[in-house]
Amino acid sequence: MASEPPGSRVPLGAEPASLFSRRTFIATATAVTVGGVAVASDVVPEPSPQATGAPVSGRVSLVVNGEGRTATIDNRTSLLDLLRERFGLTGTKKGCDAGACGACTVLVDGRRVNACLTLAVRLEGAEVTTIEGLAPGGDDELHPLQQAFIEQDAFQCGYCTPGQIMSGIGCIQEGHTRSPGEIREWMSGNICRCGCYVNIVKAVEQAAGTT
Amino acid sequence: MHPFSYTKVSDLAGALAAGRRGGRYLAGGTMLVDLMRESVERPSVLVDISALPLGEITATAGGGLRIGALVRMAEAAAHPSVRAAFPVISQALESSASAQLRNMATIGGNIMQRTRCPYFRDVTAACNKREPGAGCAALGGFNRAHAILGASEHCAATHPSDVAVAFAALEANVHLLGPDGERSVALADFLLPPGGTPQREQAARPGELITAVEIPAHPRPLRSGYLKVRDRQSYEFALTSAAVALHLRDGVIHQAKVAAGGVGTVPWKLPAVERLLIGERPSQALWAEAAERAADGARPLEHNRFKIELLKRTVERQLRVVGDLAGGTA
Amino acid sequence: MSRRAVGAPLSRVDGRLKVTGQAKYAADHPADGVVHAVIVGSTVSRGRITAVDTRAASALSGVLKVISHRNAPRLAYHRNPSSNNPETGERLRVFQDDRVRFRGQPVAVVVATTPEAARHGASLVVVRYDAEQPSTDLAGAPASAPVTYARGDADLAVGSAAVRLEMTYRTARNHHNAMEPHATIARWDGGRLTVWDKTQWVVGTQRELAAVFGVELSAVRVISPFVGGAFGSGLRAWPHVTIAALAARMVGRPVKLVLTRGQLYSGTGYRPAYEYRLRLGSDRRGRLTAMVHDIRAETSSYEDFRENVLAAGQTLYSMPHVRQTYRTVPLDVNTPLYMRGPGHVTAAYVIESAVDELAHELGIDPIELRRRNEPAEDESNGMPFSTRRLRECYTVGAREFGWERRAPEPRSTRRGDWLIGMGMAAGAHGTVRNPAQARVVLDARGTALVEAATSDMGPGTYTSMTQIAADALGLAVRAVEFRLGDSGMPRTPAHGASQTTASVGSAVQDGCDKLRRQAIELAVGDRRSPLHGVDARHVTVSAGRLHVTADPARGETYQRLLARHGRARLETLGLFEPGESRFSTAAYGATFAEVAVDHRLGLVRVLRMLGVYDAGRIISPKLAESQALGGMVGGIGAALLERTITDHRDGMIVNADLASYLVPVNADVPDLRAIFLEGADPEADPIGVKGLGEVVHIGVAPAIANAVFHATGRRVRELPITAEALL
Repeated sequence: MASEPPGSRVPLGAEPASLFSRRTFIATATAVTVGGVAVASDVVPEPSPQATGAPVSGRVSLVVNGEGRTATIDNRTSLLDLLRERFGLTGTKKGCDAGACGACTVLVDGRRVNACLTLAVRLEGAEVTTIEGLAPGGDDELHPLQQAFIEQDAFQCGYCTPGQIMSGIGCIQEGHTRSPGEIREWMSGNICRCGCYVNIVKAVEQAAGTT
Repeated sequence: MHPFSYTKVSDLAGALAAGRRGGRYLAGGTMLVDLMRESVERPSVLVDISALPLGEITATAGGGLRIGALVRMAEAAAHPSVRAAFPVISQALESSASAQLRNMATIGGNIMQRTRCPYFRDVTAACNKREPGAGCAALGGFNRAHAILGASEHCAATHPSDVAVAFAALEANVHLLGPDGERSVALADFLLPPGGTPQREQAARPGELITAVEIPAHPRPLRSGYLKVRDRQSYEFALTSAAVALHLRDGVIHQAKVAAGGVGTVPWKLPAVERLLIGERPSQALWAEAAERAADGARPLEHNRFKIELLKRTVERQLRVVGDLAGGTA
Repeated sequence: MSRRAVGAPLSRVDGRLKVTGQAKYAADHPADGVVHAVIVGSTVSRGRITAVDTRAASALSGVLKVISHRNAPRLAYHRNPSSNNPETGERLRVFQDDRVRFRGQPVAVVVATTPEAARHGASLVVVRYDAEQPSTDLAGAPASAPVTYARGDADLAVGSAAVRLEMTYRTARNHHNAMEPHATIARWDGGRLTVWDKTQWVVGTQRELAAVFGVELSAVRVISPFVGGAFGSGLRAWPHVTIAALAARMVGRPVKLVLTRGQLYSGTGYRPAYEYRLRLGSDRRGRLTAMVHDIRAETSSYEDFRENVLAAGQTLYSMPHVRQTYRTVPLDVNTPLYMRGPGHVTAAYVIESAVDELAHELGIDPIELRRRNEPAEDESNGMPFSTRRLRECYTVGAREFGWERRAPEPRSTRRGDWLIGMGMAAGAHGTVRNPAQARVVLDARGTALVEAATSDMGPGTYTSMTQIAADALGLAVRAVEFRLGDSGMPRTPAHGASQTTASVGSAVQDGCDKLRRQAIELAVGDRRSPLHGVDARHVTVSAGRLHVTADPARGETYQRLLARHGRARLETLGLFEPGESRFSTAAYGATFAEVAVDHRLGLVRVLRMLGVYDAGRIISPKLAESQALGGMVGGIGAALLERTITDHRDGMIVNADLASYLVPVNADVPDLRAIFLEGADPEADPIGVKGLGEVVHIGVAPAIANAVFHATGRRVRELPITAEALL
């Protein structure tokens, strides 16, 4: 089939697939893969960053749970991995690493987002709030939504819980708590495989009534 | 994920310059970062455009709306002007993805969204979109989610966006800025069906940047809405969807704008359906008659044959829903 | 002895840790100098590896080592019969040969100093294969020799029955898809291995690692204090656990290995797909005479995985004639494993659908039909039931659900575009009990520490064991701490098959009873104690104070008793050894569902559900309710959404992610309700529980499927029920 290599930049987050793809398939009797990736042996689309000497890491300063932090990071590092692997804040969980489960939900500048799809290097000056930042007062103090999750038994295994709570805080701030049905829809970005949805809705309702 | 260098630009000139040097624009990142992690995308330079002044929603003379490319999905959906004038846009946006993703993803990025075809997303599978000439594993594979409209022998991947279906129904234009200046392209011309070059998804020129999506003025009152049919009740891509906008005068349909999602390689405008509606009075019979044309030209694959009937019924249902809003069905 | 904690609706004792992000799951544990491992999976389903080119990966900055069968040491791989490894077959031996048995099989692992470098490195390893055409489709593939069961002459009886039905049902492969991906951190200190793992059985993982590496059991320690859901996937130590330990040994540093979501689909087990043909015979009044079950299920080419899919057909209903054949079909796939209600879930879907079909055929109410076939004893072995209150479940359920409002005829209720239907189904799960131990320590402050090597994947082991111990010791809940998840703790069975409360709970009860008695003996024999000379049988402990039952003023606290004796602690080891039972013991449930089906678009929405359970004593009512509701949610998934889809041309799983393997989200779940029949089963175990985690999931999918039939008049004999089946 015809395949024009466009060899061009295109707008906003997309590119012609062929730009970084090989044009011919290596047809041999045996399957050839590179970690599963077909070898791009005949087309080198762009000089790699290493080849050009462009830095593939950067320095970022951000505020996490009220505390200023600066780190030199690989540009590929997600906010999720930055929190977990560099800052030791393992309360934020990795469920799918693809924006399909919500376990990594945190607040960035007050909005709930998926930390797994957020490149950390973009967060210069950002304010990040994680589950660890909700109850800074110590042992006895909990955020009303944390308290509501305990009282309503809105979790079983607890793995999705930090993401549910951060998402619930966003949901309440956004005002999407006018009915159980509305909470259900606006909390649907957080999967709970233990199936605690009924109680999650009750907990968000409870906290929405008190915050 | 392959290494890349990262630069953040603060003005349009800087963005275009970085684009000209080979940079790949990064807006919300929800799609690009995901595909980079799967090695489907391997850009070497990311140009962060999130600080560009493209985050406004403004009314245009005559009653249209201009939605900046960097407006977040959540912001666009909640914007009073959008909700008032074009509920179909708000509904399409709010039926997309999750609240978190809608807080991240942008309007420009959303219409640039790449397909969810599993064979595209798995670099070990044959995919003409990812590797021109490699073949298409989906045509003979599991293709329930694939297109019944607009496919070629090279690709049957659906365009996954919901809001692009609303935009297509409303005949939106895409504003682009490139080295040669600004231009505007109809969305219908901007998003390309696969044909023989499934790797070419948009009619964009080298280095161009989307600056806005403009919804043209439509006669008022315009009743509109979006129906998304899917297995799961939220957080899933469409099996089928329908965006409908109707303008009635004296009980007669004067304007009908209809497009379908989940079924086409691009958001699928339904002119045959629209033509049957114009000049008629709403009735159940009319909705059924018009919707019967929704799947004109459909060519099903092994696992998506049901979408022909489902599409017709989806369109019929949403014609009725919006028709009732617009003045009642006889 | 007062009963205050058991049966009280307490909140989870580990709740605070979970809502503050402090609960440590496998990948959360800090390990100094830890490095990261990413597995390279095979991209073919069957064949041989002909080349592994690691040059590009090895050249990356940060990459420490690339391991494959070319450079991995030979491992002992001793047999490990005390495990959930299938009895027949050979487990996958990682990096020991060039053979590819399924797509996604680990063929290499990249170890690097950062997760980014490890993942990038894994994408650069070039593997060449001599690929063969795989066989991955259950339909039509040859089966192994069947396991059979027969009583009476079922074929003859079906043939001569007044009413005969014959149906074939199909169920899709389901993956556990717990929110926590499987993860392992492994560290060697000389010859000693410490592993932080996601597992439902620290002792099982310990045994497997000792067997694989050929080291003493005592050289391996497995730690797993929190498990982010598992539903069965953590019942085996999968290949990646070995890989993490192997990599740690080869690079000389602690290694963290977290499977990607996609890798979970081939790196751990799943509920196998089934083809299940059922023939039944009954008389005109709906009395069953016979059932013939022909069952086929997928398994791997290297292990024969079987589960308990036969019990329901033998015991759920009374009938003289039963014949069953259960065949597994070896395919070029990874090995399945138990998933919540293993076997029972599948059998209940088939039998409970078929019984519903029979009820419709005969014009008999489905509940009435079930009542007519309720057995008086366990007809598979002639044993009496210890307790079987299924009739009561029906009565309570019908009343509370409003079953009388159900129009007998299908497709007779419509609201707008929606057809409304009600359905129900029964379920049973035999009570499983195994030997367990628990250590109980009471310290000088009068607080207790109770330990057992069990697990808590979500049902609330921490809480229920604390409740049992608190009551048995006469302490407040806050004075008791229960610890679990360390292979150094007293042995317990796997945390699965709904056996934890029965087995571990009985050991905890025993240990606490012993300790309480020890303290009482100490007091009554002590001249300085106010209890001196009192008959030990007349002493009670409550709120940490030992006193005369009839005279609460006469007594003293644990603290005083221990202080006076100069004892820092009292310690006992609780034991549970289930004996031969003379009874057939099971947990029972009846699930009710109301659904709406869009008559034009084919969409099914569950409107409400109710489960009524006879599960014996309920230790933690608040947590039990959550567990039951969760079982229903899982059933909504199985009935309407979940299926792992394989492209049989090459064995690729095309929906190995949470965006396209659909599990229920919040919007899918309406109001759900659970009712537990009060009472205990003293024959089941010392604490009277019959197990809960499985029975609340068994019978959910058929209740929904039967409701869909009642709504639409259309019988779909395949799960999940999708829009295209109803258009």
